Amino acid sequence: MIPFTQFIVDAFDKNAPHLPGSENSYISALRKKAIDVFAERGFPSKKMETWRHRPMDQHVAEKYAFQFAPDSFIPVEKIFKCKIDNIGTNTFALLNGWYSYQHSPLTIFPNGMIVGSLLAAFEQFPELVKTHLAQTDLQKTDPLVAMNQALFTDGLFIYVPENIHVEQPIQMINLATSKEQLLIQSRNLIVLDKNASLSLIHCNDSVHDGKSFTNNVTEVSLNENATMNYYKMENKDPDSLLIDHVIVDEKSHATFLSNATTFNAGYVRNMLTVNLNEPFADAKLYGLYLVDKKQYVDNQVSVNHNATDCTSKQLYKGVVDDEAVANFNGHILVAQDAQRTTAFQTNRNITLTDEARIMTKPFLEIYADDVQCSHGATVGQLNDDALFYLRSRGICERNARVLLLYAFANEIVDYIEIESLRHRLTDMVKKRISGELTHCDQCVLHCSDPKEIIFNIDVSKI
Amino acid sequence: MLLKIEDLHASIHGKEILKGFNIEVNRGEVHAIMGPNGTGKSTLASVIAGKEVFDVTQGSITYKGKNLLKLSIEDRAREGVFIGFQYPVEIPGVSISNFMRTALNEIRQYRGQEPLTAAQFLRMMEEKKKVVELTEKLSDRSVNEGFSGGEKKKNEIFQMAMLEPELAILDETDSGLDIDALRVVANGVNKLRTPENATIVITHYQRLLDYIVPDKVHVLYDGKIVKSGTKELAFELEEKGYDWIKKEYEQGKL
Repeated sequence: MIPFTQFIVDAFDKNAPHLPGSENSYISALRKKAIDVFAERGFPSKKMETWRHRPMDQHVAEKYAFQFAPDSFIPVEKIFKCKIDNIGTNTFALLNGWYSYQHSPLTIFPNGMIVGSLLAAFEQFPELVKTHLAQTDLQKTDPLVAMNQALFTDGLFIYVPENIHVEQPIQMINLATSKEQLLIQSRNLIVLDKNASLSLIHCNDSVHDGKSFTNNVTEVSLNENATMNYYKMENKDPDSLLIDHVIVDEKSHATFLSNATTFNAGYVRNMLTVNLNEPFADAKLYGLYLVDKKQYVDNQVSVNHNATDCTSKQLYKGVVDDEAVANFNGHILVAQDAQRTTAFQTNRNITLTDEARIMTKPFLEIYADDVQCSHGATVGQLNDDALFYLRSRGICERNARVLLLYAFANEIVDYIEIESLRHRLTDMVKKRISGELTHCDQCVLHCSDPKEIIFNIDVSKI
Repeated sequence: MLLKIEDLHASIHGKEILKGFNIEVNRGEVHAIMGPNGTGKSTLASVIAGKEVFDVTQGSITYKGKNLLKLSIEDRAREGVFIGFQYPVEIPGVSISNFMRTALNEIRQYRGQEPLTAAQFLRMMEEKKKVVELTEKLSDRSVNEGFSGGEKKKNEIFQMAMLEPELAILDETDSGLDIDALRVVANGVNKLRTPENATIVITHYQRLLDYIVPDKVHVLYDGKIVKSGTKELAFELEEKGYDWIKKEYEQGKL
């Protein structure tokens, strides 16, 4: 057993009697099962295929502190001022792995929607939570999902009842503020009942998380004909270590759209698993990563076509500068009876230096015979002919590069359906590509700096 | 004199393509450079544009009294040189309007002019679209992406109209055009003619010269101009073919 595996197992043994929710035998049983899986599998090392490029065991510290009780309430606006103008989201925050609230851990809206702490939801609506929590097979196989399940603190719970279309997007802010070297593991559960719809903006930001290690799991359960638009933004400290799992189960005619952007990272690994379990379920998965310096970003996307007539599309793009490294692993599994499957996957990358590195691995596993599947991966530099063409019209080389990179990257942002969010991200892409985004007090990036940053060129749409 | 090229030698990967090219172009003139394939016509356009893959080993290009070869690619454009490319590049994701606004404002900045406002720019674009009978909305279209051969060439002339160059070099602008598109493109070029600017038309066929009537016609062969004349020379070439030039050249008559 490697030292870190031992550290986690010891931490579990020591803390098991007073872990959050320990008074509830159901949760205790979930935890116990998970720690056994974790102990057996072990913390990811070089020997595990999807971890071999950048094994975690070389990045984790020897030990971390745990925070098994919430901080006293601090209004999130006080520590985190990053706001998107006119977006009008309903904002909820997780602070060091705990749902942060002033009055009540659960809010029940007039339309029946429930938002709040997962632990509180478990007390008030045990059957609803039990039906959907930890239903994935991943906790039996993935050591980090198991590690989360064994030692999670709290997390965000959202339930949208049948036929309810939630107009106002919900924004979930995951903040790490501890000065201690903390292991943060939140567990989120989002359940959309039949014909329900929701847009969720998930922000993984750091304020002062120093060398904390975050390992989050978000489970999404979409009942028949439910629609969820999921936007994830990651702006993390260069020292941070973030593993973010999103696991989606879809019933028939459900639709899941995901758009994940990583603009700054230390070590970021996004694990997105979508299970299309009933006919005509659909998944559209977009991703964009713009990394430089010594950042590392990893996207592990897995789409399982378990039923007939489902459709999926993956499009991930990246720009990798300096000595940064990006990894993409896209897996499509088409089960034997998943006939008439349509599944596409594309990963495109641009490296800007000789030192920047990209690993990309499309992986299609198809057991049905009536399918339409494709995959493609490219790694390249900026097109010299296009650069020359732009310059031959009077545009300087730097701006020509910015125009081309912006065009490349913004294709992903264009798929964002919330207009104000799309504009904000377009602006951030421009700034990021022009090298104008730097650290600010609020988060790693300058996204809401009131001071207008002047560009040499105006690349806004006319 | 607007442009003077003297004894220009240029090579690519060590192979010499231009071998002592000379030309003099004054404001208000239209010159046609004709010649068979592989004699250096496109190389000439590329060298003037500043394509780095070509090495100029000898000779000079003087444009408005300046050494053109010392200017960067973008500064040549800012000084008023425009190349209409034979194979314009497709640039997905960059809209034509964005492209032109960026280019125009950089050129204006270079010349010490104020940038155009969005309204001024839009008005200008609508006006210039008429030059080549463009009707669609250009803000929605990426540069050359998915364009037919004719659309690409129209788009080149549209850009020329927007940038108002003093010297335009049109490289095989007629290739790949049907007769209607050829007429539109040629009419566009004619509309842009003024006593202050000059155009060099590089072509393979005399056909284009029915529409764009040149003041001078030059025949490029083996990397240099071997014969010059008036527009009648183009008719003679059409009639006798380039073999006539080749034969005379090889016999040392040119």
